[in-house]
Amino acid sequence: MTGDPLFADGVDWGDIGIMGIKVLVAFAALLVATMFMIWFERKLISDMQHRIGPNVAGPWGLLQAFADGVKFFFKEDLRPANADPLVFRLAPYISAVTAFVAFAIVPIGGVFTDTPGRSGTVTLFGKETILQVADPPVGILLLLAMSSVAVYGVMLAGWSSGSKYPLIGSVRASAQAISYEAALGMSVVAVVITAGTLSTHEIVRAQAGGVNEWLLITTGFVPFLVFLISATAELNRPPFDLVEAEQELVGGFHTEYSSIRFALFFLAEFMNVITMSAIMVTLFFGGTAGPVFFGLTWLWPTVWFLAKVLAFLFVFVWFRATLPRLRYDQLMSLGWKVLIPVMLFWLMFLGLRQLVVDQGWSTLQEVVVVLGLSAAGLALGWSLLAAALRAAKRNTDTEGLGDHDPEDLMPAGASPDAAGPGEDG
Amino acid sequence: MVEVVVFAVAGAACLVGAVGVVLSRNPVHAALMLVMTLFGIAVLFVALQAHFIAAVQVIVYAGAIVVLFLFVIMLLGVDRAAELSLGALPAQRWTAAAFGFGGAAVLVWLVAAVDRIFKGAHSYELERAGIVVTEADAPATSYATDVSAIARSLFSDYVYAFELTSLLLIVAVIGTVILARRSYGADGRRAGQHGGESAPAESGATPQEARQ
Repeated sequence: MTGDPLFADGVDWGDIGIMGIKVLVAFAALLVATMFMIWFERKLISDMQHRIGPNVAGPWGLLQAFADGVKFFFKEDLRPANADPLVFRLAPYISAVTAFVAFAIVPIGGVFTDTPGRSGTVTLFGKETILQVADPPVGILLLLAMSSVAVYGVMLAGWSSGSKYPLIGSVRASAQAISYEAALGMSVVAVVITAGTLSTHEIVRAQAGGVNEWLLITTGFVPFLVFLISATAELNRPPFDLVEAEQELVGGFHTEYSSIRFALFFLAEFMNVITMSAIMVTLFFGGTAGPVFFGLTWLWPTVWFLAKVLAFLFVFVWFRATLPRLRYDQLMSLGWKVLIPVMLFWLMFLGLRQLVVDQGWSTLQEVVVVLGLSAAGLALGWSLLAAALRAAKRNTDTEGLGDHDPEDLMPAGASPDAAGPGEDG
Repeated sequence: MVEVVVFAVAGAACLVGAVGVVLSRNPVHAALMLVMTLFGIAVLFVALQAHFIAAVQVIVYAGAIVVLFLFVIMLLGVDRAAELSLGALPAQRWTAAAFGFGGAAVLVWLVAAVDRIFKGAHSYELERAGIVVTEADAPATSYATDVSAIARSLFSDYVYAFELTSLLLIVAVIGTVILARRSYGADGRRAGQHGGESAPAESGATPQEARQ
């Protein structure tokens, strides 16, 4: 039984009030968290670069983000003469709204158990409810829907600016987002196959039995790694931040934006980092799972959740401080030629394993079916890919490539005989 | 009450979007209006408890297909307001209007007829048709049923059609790749684009220059 128990017995004004409070709290908390994320990132990256970072506004520069926010409000709102007035105004709001909506499906608290019946609920004003804004039946698909709609914000911002650099930045950004959405979606599918549900609430509950039931482990690490990489690319975070490669593109798709409209893009970007971290915790790290000690039992899950999210925020900043930016062709070949084939193979593997579990076969049968068929699929896909690459090489040899080097058509470092796994055949 | 409000808002969004697609002079605006219509339809799907279809509607149609439209519009440089007053075929408009209103009339008549039957105003018609409306016909309110129901029929009754569709899509993708990377061989002229990924970003500047 999924869905919010709040609405199980009809809807009255009290339910609507609780819903309103939840929406407001989520909105405000996310906004404040975003402010502190900006501070956190700047402070942490200065630490890693042996600088001091923001230290003027407030203690340890804590109020820097607020000061910047106020500044943005009072700056002049510029609009290029060439811009498309309507779309230019619309684009920042699409970015900001999608960033907010995706957070709605994240359970941020509640003690989950893996026993049948309702769990993970808290009691607010005498009514039982869940600590997430919404638990729609499509669950995690909402994340994919929002991330595909978020492409519009970037794309329209670049186009409507009526200027070259934003357009190039936005075409890069949309191509990147669309490419990595496939890998992202497939790693979500891995989670859904293993957990057997789309609802984020139920996904967290499927991981309630302890660390060895976390989907990180039960899906076998690979989906998590693919999710982390594709999420970084979806977020346009370093090392995948070609969208705003300052040296080439000025500021990327938001070059022409100023004042509060720029602030909205800025906000959406950092908010998406928080949302993606929260989604990663929900999907792979047990969400709110963690030992409950003394006292306030309802508080501990939220504490664990926040701690895990903070760890991922740290990881994203760490990426930025450590990794150099990828070239555009490296970015595309990583997405299409590595992540997607790996995920296709892994989905086949997980699907076979789930088949064995559903059918209740014995361990011997499990080993034979899962390993045998996986190996067969891998061999088939690999030989097809090798044959295709060999044919391509033969064609280039006979027809000639002009000034192009044949190796350039291969993925970086791959020869026709050493292609990565692939079983799209 | 809630259903009526949801239907009114979503229906209005659909209609405004649909009219906007036809009336917008700028192709990009028309594409955005199409997105609005698709969103309205998604909300209507949710109201009908078809949650999965609603999500897929947004992911596939709004998230992929219209984005592709926009890519094509922007990269082909047709993103300027088109001059529509110089229509080549004047008769086309009248024909289109006639067909449009005719279709709308048929639709209204059909809806009215079905509504009249199911309202029970002529329950004998239902009986004659052998339709018995019971509580069991009411849509199941338990969640996730639509996902499992779709999965069941997709992978049992319609599994061949489903697999053949995926085969068709793969053939289409391979055909597109072959056409896009075609080489012209011995005459030294080669049209196949090296590093096709970076090509859109570079050619993207051209339509914008044309626009300025």
